[in-house]
Amino acid sequence: MSTTALASRADVEEFGRELDRIRDEITASLGDRDAAYIRGVIAAQRKLELGGRALLFASWLPPAWAAGTAALAAAKILENMEIGHNVLHGQWDWMRDPKIHSTTWEWDTASPADQWKHSHNFIHHTWTNVLGKDRDIGYSLLRVSPEQRWHPVYLLQPIYNLLLALTFEYGIALYDLEVERIPSGDKSVAEALTQLRAIAGKVRRQIVKDYLAFPLLAGPAFLPVLAGNLTANLTRNLWAHTIIFCGHFPEGAEVFTEDQLAGETRGEWYVRQLLGSCNIDGSRLLHLMSGNLSHQIEHHLFPDLPSNRYAEIASRVRALCERFELPYNSGTLARQTSSVYKRILRLALPGTGRHRPESAAPPAPDLHAVG
Amino acid sequence: MTGPSALRTTVLRGLSGAFERLTTPLLPDDYLALVNPLWCGRELRGRIEAIHPETPDAATLVIRPGHAWAGHRPGQWAGIGVDIEGVRHWRAYSLSCPPGRPDGRITITVKAVPGGLVSRYLVRRATPGTIVGLAGPDGEFVLPKRPPPRLLFLTAGSGITPVRAMLHALFTGGAAKGALPDVVLLHSAPAPGEAIFGEELRALAARFSSLRLYERHTRAEGRLRPADLPALCPDWADRTAWVCGPAGMLEEVQKQWAGLEDRLHIERFRPAVPEAPGDGGRVRFTKSGRETDAGGGVPLLVAGEEAGVVMPSGCRMGICHSCVARLAAGRVRDLRTGQVHGDAGDLVQTCVSSATGPVQIEL
Repeated sequence: MSTTALASRADVEEFGRELDRIRDEITASLGDRDAAYIRGVIAAQRKLELGGRALLFASWLPPAWAAGTAALAAAKILENMEIGHNVLHGQWDWMRDPKIHSTTWEWDTASPADQWKHSHNFIHHTWTNVLGKDRDIGYSLLRVSPEQRWHPVYLLQPIYNLLLALTFEYGIALYDLEVERIPSGDKSVAEALTQLRAIAGKVRRQIVKDYLAFPLLAGPAFLPVLAGNLTANLTRNLWAHTIIFCGHFPEGAEVFTEDQLAGETRGEWYVRQLLGSCNIDGSRLLHLMSGNLSHQIEHHLFPDLPSNRYAEIASRVRALCERFELPYNSGTLARQTSSVYKRILRLALPGTGRHRPESAAPPAPDLHAVG
Repeated sequence: MTGPSALRTTVLRGLSGAFERLTTPLLPDDYLALVNPLWCGRELRGRIEAIHPETPDAATLVIRPGHAWAGHRPGQWAGIGVDIEGVRHWRAYSLSCPPGRPDGRITITVKAVPGGLVSRYLVRRATPGTIVGLAGPDGEFVLPKRPPPRLLFLTAGSGITPVRAMLHALFTGGAAKGALPDVVLLHSAPAPGEAIFGEELRALAARFSSLRLYERHTRAEGRLRPADLPALCPDWADRTAWVCGPAGMLEEVQKQWAGLEDRLHIERFRPAVPEAPGDGGRVRFTKSGRETDAGGGVPLLVAGEEAGVVMPSGCRMGICHSCVARLAAGRVRDLRTGQVHGDAGDLVQTCVSSATGPVQIEL
């Protein structure tokens, strides 16, 4: 992607104003239909979970085990992605329903909601793809961008990435702890310990529920229920890892430097969100099960607009990108996933992975220099 | 005495604790509410079961409250939360029924006021079956446990609603077992057909000789003035009075009763929100006790920080929702859209909200 694509500074600001217009129109049109959507998804998710757990009580029958586990996995995916992630972004705060509000929601995963909101909503969404600021670039473990300096530990990243995928909910919980801020004094040990206690408490409740209480209730079906719950959690972890890694790590996603942030305008902020995010093409089911993070671009432009509107926003954003000759990174799940894994494999080794000498690698577009 | 009930409490607490282990991070409530929305214990709700028109622009809503509803005293109000265009709005309405209806239901009587979002919704659009949020009951505008022998009610318009509950308690309810009290009711309405509970009040007055009703029809006769009072009720100063009506009437009444305040009970309905709020205003942070004047373009977050309040904050551009705080009073402007919004109790994003007039924030 070349910086010449950003024709002029005036265009960047006009692009921003167009996006603000979309935002205003969507905000003004929110109503009963949207409220019914999220309430419907929440009710469906709870019924799916109840149904799945009920089926698992008969899990000595293999079809009941398979159906119960599938229903529970689907419920957990919906709960984390379309409901939890989006409610915690404040997407449904406009309804003023205290039960579907970013300040009261707690989700079915290891990460306490308030810690996640800090590391995700604030840090990641404010500093999207800024090297050294956005901790989501590689989650402090992986080299996913050639701009990250290589280290021999990355040779093992294909292996530990798979381990991370399997234990994703715990990985995210510990990642939200931000222990790397302690040595600099940016964060106190006491604060970290308080957070760790909150994580431990939440993890304990989650483990007791899935791996002790429900299996015990099932009596003779203890082991199949335990296996069903474990499988559902693993499935959810693998799926969440896949969708989330497709958001910013496929080929073409841009990384920015801290000096590009100085004096960043609203238009430039929008362009950075656009260039740093990648979409997944697919069916309505894929959008639902990915929590509409398949519309990662729209989510990053408008993180607090309701997810059920991202599909209609996407067609308008695509049209704007064509008009302003800006790239719009979108591809099928297979394409984006294979692109991510190619990167993880290639960047485990030293070098940029780009077919040009390292010295000639272009800097990320300097949005102030364009025009 | 304490044995069985303490045991029951322990068992219930244990059971609910056990269920919570199974439903974490949700509560058993969240699943029970799938079966019946009224079974939600954390949040009190009610179901509108019938709507009876009273006048062309007023209706009585019969509501079945969830089991956690505490019985009210005649004259008290309840908070009603309704979802309109997906957004929950709360208003307080006087309970128009005496407590302890055999069917366990309660009623509120609502007059659709021009421009009133919630009142017009409740009178014109709500249908039986609608689930509403409930809060309360609350309010000090009530009859004492032993009502005085002589009472005066002075009401206008929908100000009759809390008094209707009191009249029923005095004459037809449990409180009516002893000697009937001597009651004067002075009620103003635009015209006979527009008097809420008009026919019912006339019937009540016809049935009980100790209830004297004077109706004032303001369209033909003009407003009731304080000077009219001695002629209509010569012993007004000796009676304990309950007054409910428009703000102007309440002001006049307060002057009339100067020196007799211990015999006067007044109910004020929700203070009117200014239609065209100005830009900026006095911002009071209720927990820290700090105050500051903030301009219309200044985010509440910045105003608070400059006044030395410890403000929660994050992105400062309206995306991360780390800075939300509860609005205790006033209305705010969304600096991104220019839209003015907010009711007491709402959570607002302080980083993109500014004051439109006096504002109180719970920080």
